[in-house]
Amino acid sequence: MLAVSESGFYGNFGGAYIPEMLHPNVEELKNNYLEIIQSPSFQEEFLSLLKDYVGRPTPLYYASRLSEKYNTNVYLKREDLCHTGAHKVNNTIGQILLAKRLGKKRIIAETGAGQHGVATATICALMGLECEVFMGKIDVARQKPNVERMKMLGAKVIEAVSGSQTLKDATNDAMRDWINNPVDTYYVIGSVVGPHPYPDMVARFQAVISEEIKKQLAEKTGKENPDYILACVGGGSNAAGAFYHFAENSEVKLIGLEAAGKGVDTGESAATTLLGKEGVLHGSRSLVMQTPDGQVVEPYSISAGLDYPGIGPVHAYLFASGRGKYFPVTDEEAMEAGLQLSRLEGIIPAIESSHALAYLEKLNAKPEEVVVVNLSGRGDKDLATYIKWIEDHKS
Amino acid sequence: MNRIDQVFQEKKNILNIYFTAGYPKLGDTVKIIKALEKGGADLIEIGMPYSDPVADGPTIQESNMEALENGMTITKLFEQLEGIRDHTNIPIILMGYINPVIQYGVERFVEKCKAIGIDGTILPDLPLPDFKREYKALFDKAGLYNIFLISPQTSEERIKQIDEASNGFIYMVSSNSITGAKDKIQEGQVEYYERVKSYNLRNKKLIGFGISNNETFTNACAYAEGAIIGSAFIKLLSQSDNLDKDIAEFVKSVKG
Ligand SMILES: Cc1ncc(COP(=O)(O)O)c(C=O)c1O
Repeated sequence: MLAVSESGFYGNFGGAYIPEMLHPNVEELKNNYLEIIQSPSFQEEFLSLLKDYVGRPTPLYYASRLSEKYNTNVYLKREDLCHTGAHKVNNTIGQILLAKRLGKKRIIAETGAGQHGVATATICALMGLECEVFMGKIDVARQKPNVERMKMLGAKVIEAVSGSQTLKDATNDAMRDWINNPVDTYYVIGSVVGPHPYPDMVARFQAVISEEIKKQLAEKTGKENPDYILACVGGGSNAAGAFYHFAENSEVKLIGLEAAGKGVDTGESAATTLLGKEGVLHGSRSLVMQTPDGQVVEPYSISAGLDYPGIGPVHAYLFASGRGKYFPVTDEEAMEAGLQLSRLEGIIPAIESSHALAYLEKLNAKPEEVVVVNLSGRGDKDLATYIKWIEDHKS
Repeated sequence: MNRIDQVFQEKKNILNIYFTAGYPKLGDTVKIIKALEKGGADLIEIGMPYSDPVADGPTIQESNMEALENGMTITKLFEQLEGIRDHTNIPIILMGYINPVIQYGVERFVEKCKAIGIDGTILPDLPLPDFKREYKALFDKAGLYNIFLISPQTSEERIKQIDEASNGFIYMVSSNSITGAKDKIQEGQVEYYERVKSYNLRNKKLIGFGISNNETFTNACAYAEGAIIGSAFIKLLSQSDNLDKDIAEFVKSVKG
């Protein structure tokens, strides 16, 4: 388990650094989330939706051709098969059920690539709730299909025109909306970021990933612990979910893969553990990519879902304590890994997930070892990027 | 005595004006301070610009972005304020989000404030318990006041805790909103003002957010010792080609 302290800290990281105007909302959540999500009626509804609506448990698939290539045993946790195409929906179901129990009528969310926005809009449609999704103006332009999906699902997409007009600014605008609408509105955060209790709450909703891996691995290999778990880290929710129930098994090596973009030294990167410094962003103390003066910098990755200048406090903690290892993966390494998986296994992964796959090249796992890669999403949303990449690299 | 206490002792209907350091031009800081003091403002709040000001509306956001583009930093601001007490006596409060202050070093920041003659700070995303645990002793030693915010959603219990921990005054956010100028008094505001008044807090109160003109200022003064204007003043700065004259007229028009 990845336990958070009473005041919302993992070691030095976490907390709730928010303006007073947000305090009552966050306090209400903090005082109620555990009791609600642990109640039998919540669990029943949550689990039944995960099963019948999302399609859980997602398979743990032995990727034989990939295993052969790397001369080890690679299992893929197929979050790409979740309804809406990524792990994000595990969290949106949990939070929106919670919002309903808190009596909230209106749901807001931020989104970068649009995956969390789509997952939020989907569950709002299912529950008949009003939904508004904040998305940076630049992301609206580069993620058109997801914008249209959200609209089809009945959500209103609001362009964030503040700051650098991407994910961090969409998050700022969602927080501003929550300040302006403190009574009837619930803010669904899409990763293990934000003020306490969000990081812990989102990790709990995503923990179903590692719970299933344990069970499935035991069935397949007789051993519930793999040697390695690889997961990509944007804010870190799929990784937190995949690590959650293994955190105390020190023989399981937890490896997070961050987007190096064009390379960690190029100024166009999103590798937060390497390039970030301790600081406060979006309500928690964590590692943040920033100038020496404390201004948050705009990161870069080919993958919009990893294009975030912070990481969840739980990852800052795992990184600082050494329990988790974090490595950068470039655009190029990720794209090659995504194309390789498509050809070897017939699975087109989300470019985010391709970052985790790419690390198989460098892992050097032994023939008898077991590696689980969390395949956080599918690549449908990324087809245009893949196609352009193939065109540009034809030579 | 802290200049903030002094101003509350000596004056009524206090007008506190906010502007963003480095806006409209990098070098305008001292000029604006002097014009405000001369024009009759009672207190000055200088914003330290930040890339992600979550409690601020479009007007102040834009001034933050421009100020950063102009090259404003905390270091630069302190350089500009060096020696300010040789020619001004108006209380000055620095307002800013916590991350740049953490990067500057909170201890170093507090020392610098003291050396220059800054009277208080407003750090909206630094929570009360964290302030008390980590920084209060430092601030107390330097005689620097940290001002806290309350909003219509803040519970009575919490308002009393904040009152207990506050120095100088309490910043009453006028409605459930981010910063931004409004011309009219908002629904439910009077009930909230009356409710807070009935708590008989030990601290003075200034009302801010949405105050923009004589009407909204006068209304706020009926329930608190004064009010704070931000966005409306930033708008004025953005349009002004004669800062001294326009600032004097603005202060006069608000005070009536
Ligand atoms: C498929 C997929 N994986 C990973 C992420 C990154 O988020 P996190 O690090 O919270 O898992 C995203 C975000 O959009 C995503 O869509």
